[in-house]
Amino acid sequence: MNAPLIEGLYREGEPIADSAAPDVPIDRMWTQRQFDAKLVNPANRRKLDVIIVGTGLAGASAGATLGEAGYNVKSFCYQDSPRRAHSIAAQGGINAAKNYKGDGDSIYRLFYDTTKGGDYRSRESNTYRLAEVSADIIDQCVAQGVPFAREYGGLLDNRSFGGVQVSRTFYARGQTGQQLLIGAYQALERQIGAGTVKMYSRHEMLELIVIDDGAGPRARGIIARDMVTGEIETHLADAVVLASGGYGNVYFLSTNAMGCNVTASWRAHRKGAYFANPCYTQIHPTCIPVSGDHQSKLTLMSESLRNDGRIWVPKRIEDCEKDPREIPTEDRDYYLERLYPAFGNLVPRDIASRQAKNMCDEGRGVGPKVGDFRRGVYLDFRDAIERLGEDAVRNKYGNLFDMYKQITGEDPYQVPMRIYPAVHYTMGGLWVDYDLQSSIPGLFVTGEANFSDHGANRLGASALMQGLADGYFVLPNTIRNYLADGPYEPIDPTHPAVIEAQDSVESRIQMLLGISGERSVDSFHKELGHIMWEYCGMERTEEGLRKAIDLIRSLREEFWRNVRVLGSADTLNQSLEKAGRVADFLELGELMCIDALHRRESCGGHFRAESQTEDGEALRNDDEFLYVGGWEWGGEGESPVLHKETLSYKFIELKQRSYK
Amino acid sequence: MNLTLKIWRQSGPSDKGGMATYPIEGVSDDMSFLEMLDVLNEGLIAEGEEPVAFDSDCREGICGTCGVMINGEAHGPERTTTCQLHMRSFRDGDEIVIEPWRADAFPVIKDLVVDRGAFDRIIQSGGYISANTGSAPDAHATPVPKDQADRAFMAAECISCGACVAACPNGSASLFMGAKITHLGEFPQGQPERDARVQSMSAQHDAEGFGGCTNLGECTRACPKGIPLNVISQMNGDLLRSLRHGR
Ligand SMILES: Cc1cc2nc3c(=O)[nH]c(=O)nc-3n(C[C@H](O)[C@H](O)[C@H](O)COP(=O)(O)OP(=O)(O)OC[C@H]3O[C@@H](n4cnc5c(N)ncnc54)[C@H](O)[C@@H]3O)c2cc1C
Ligand code: SF4
Ligand code: FES
Repeated sequence: MNAPLIEGLYREGEPIADSAAPDVPIDRMWTQRQFDAKLVNPANRRKLDVIIVGTGLAGASAGATLGEAGYNVKSFCYQDSPRRAHSIAAQGGINAAKNYKGDGDSIYRLFYDTTKGGDYRSRESNTYRLAEVSADIIDQCVAQGVPFAREYGGLLDNRSFGGVQVSRTFYARGQTGQQLLIGAYQALERQIGAGTVKMYSRHEMLELIVIDDGAGPRARGIIARDMVTGEIETHLADAVVLASGGYGNVYFLSTNAMGCNVTASWRAHRKGAYFANPCYTQIHPTCIPVSGDHQSKLTLMSESLRNDGRIWVPKRIEDCEKDPREIPTEDRDYYLERLYPAFGNLVPRDIASRQAKNMCDEGRGVGPKVGDFRRGVYLDFRDAIERLGEDAVRNKYGNLFDMYKQITGEDPYQVPMRIYPAVHYTMGGLWVDYDLQSSIPGLFVTGEANFSDHGANRLGASALMQGLADGYFVLPNTIRNYLADGPYEPIDPTHPAVIEAQDSVESRIQMLLGISGERSVDSFHKELGHIMWEYCGMERTEEGLRKAIDLIRSLREEFWRNVRVLGSADTLNQSLEKAGRVADFLELGELMCIDALHRRESCGGHFRAESQTEDGEALRNDDEFLYVGGWEWGGEGESPVLHKETLSYKFIELKQRSYK
Repeated sequence: MNLTLKIWRQSGPSDKGGMATYPIEGVSDDMSFLEMLDVLNEGLIAEGEEPVAFDSDCREGICGTCGVMINGEAHGPERTTTCQLHMRSFRDGDEIVIEPWRADAFPVIKDLVVDRGAFDRIIQSGGYISANTGSAPDAHATPVPKDQADRAFMAAECISCGACVAACPNGSASLFMGAKITHLGEFPQGQPERDARVQSMSAQHDAEGFGGCTNLGECTRACPKGIPLNVISQMNGDLLRSLRHGR
């Protein structure tokens, strides 16, 4: 690659295009694509092997559906059971354009809201399809016995969510993710019982096998480690699906589960899969704040609290240590109500988050000092309790109040809650075309692991929808087009590319165990997280990002020299598992900063301080940045290569978002 | 606060294992029980000793991954998951005994980590509704009365943690299994397979080496999700019914 180095950091390559979407009007695209996709004769399906990495909503639903169709599926997850995938933690709900409420909802409206919510950085064709299949998801889940909330008449209930004006969110109390995942898990277990799916739990994918059989490179398998015995296993197949979730844990502290990681995607990236829009990170405004250095993760509190709770900080820095109940109303700054009188406490996630940070940066944060700052703002129910009575508040939010009390030891009926933003979801991921196929043929990517549907911001209740849409309906239809050309040439397990992949996994493990340095894996992870949060978090600046890139590079260098991983490779070794993941985060972090640096505009979860309106709102730049940034691995020690996929909006008019 | 931890250490499935004692200082009220173990592990690593292996993932009380015996109680003194137990439940100077779940059907893998694969195999044997993808009727085609839906929901809250088994002197998985049978049995969609489900799941339960239920109720006292004992009666009722149906 001899394209010039841009900003000393990256090169630009050929543009990319989504070549799989049929050229027909958007409402006919999906039907057309399903019709055009080649069929696989049922008798041949048994001969086709598909590997699926991940058993969250995206992976379990795909595994169940492909198994049921008769393919030979191998399914992998790092937890002890597929039912524990991170999808289980989702609280709020799942959207679907059912229009059961007759309030004017439609496929087009769901498509419109999702695209606008993503600040016009998602792909129209994918988003439309998501809205189109959304209604089928609910039918499927109900048939499986998912206990959605119901009304007295026995019909399904809906609520409105995330600032949307129609009621299209289906929910199962505060456990929607859990209930949807159990539905998919049970469908998967049914296939495991029937022998169409073979489950490998406590197995971690550590490498992708890409083989050129004369027709160009294709994904043909993975190397996985049995996390109990330490055995390094080779699994070969006709196609590989990554459903391995998001990479929010690069920040160390996030609402993600402890094991969430980027390894599967990153290893595929290093083998040629483009990584798209890595800098897009969703920050959620209502999380329980950090209480000390020991903190291992952050807990989300449902956004619905903002419906009745009022957010404030003291007007004066001197008051920040006071008991909040002793601060009279006139000394409180209800800053969201002050700055955004029309939306008040209900402004979108990115705005609420950024303003909370601004207050704390001014020194008006509350709660314990972590480092030099108090990082918390009050979410106060005093007025709601006065207005509605304590019982009514208890009925609406009782379980959330209990959870808060369990974690903080404070009673929110007596003292205001404290909240602070936290990393929640990553909109970037491996680049895929309309078929959900990555830039490596035979490698498909679904759910949070791909980039396509949410743009620069994700609306509430839409990630669950995407995971299940991909797994139950989209992938099974698109992957067959690829599989119809199979079975592909069998791969000899002694093929040089297989051996190379095995060796690289083994030597990495030996290297990690052999460094015997001074610092624990967690200490590196925390330091990386701190850099990412500080410079590539809620607000990014040119200067900060450049600094972060340098800091990450030297941290990575120190990691490979000074990490201490005890124990051996042939047993359960949790430090070893973490070390491998942190090593990959240390590479991803740099790419996130490069992506954030090159995108000199503000959109959704990406706020560049240099690109704001006069009154401090995010300023998008459609003239220059109306594209997806797809990054190609440049090689060890080389700069990454940027491929742009132009986004064209034919069915939706581009508008600036405004919440004033 | 300063505490003395007595922790079960077992290097692998074939190791005999034994208790080890670790003093720990400077534990704060705000830490969760697992964060306290994280702090212990950082200290062990610094001294060159292998950290204590334990399972956790969500740390939000919903994935069911975590779970240890604390002073002889499953998930410890409060009715919650281990990740949601906080150190303010303990006092300065306390001695805390930490062991893995104890049950024949849950073999120890390492330290505090056990294998709960038997739960998945019970689900495989029939804990589902056979609904193929893409052919489901409209969700509103079959209304479900709210009280039935609520009861199904209550049972569906089981997080598969295994505390009920660990707490049961017989090592029975009846609460776990009863919860699934009740969840699916409350729905119209779950009826066609109802008899077959309870029979195959019960057979698998016994084959995995779980013990019989003698109605001691320890399971429900330990359950972090408050699954009530009456799901076991519903399961037993279903089993009798299926036998009457002659299957
Ligand atoms: C607290 C919380 C609340 C949320 N609430 C909502 C909500 O209300 N509505 C909504 O729509 N969305 C919500 N989300 C977002 C949503 O839950 C996730 O985006 C979505 O569930 C991701 O699903 P997934 O299947 O893509 O990945 P995951 O569920 O993360 O699954 C990843 C899978 O990959 C496996 N895996 C990963 N790496 C490897 C590897 N190297 N080898 C083997 N296996 C691997 C894991 O074992 C796991 O099975 C919430 C998220 C959080 C954190
Ligand atoms: S019934 Fe309760 S204790 Fe038993 S596995 Fe389920 S949640 Fe855990
Ligand atoms: S770690 Fe998920 S329930 Fe405790």
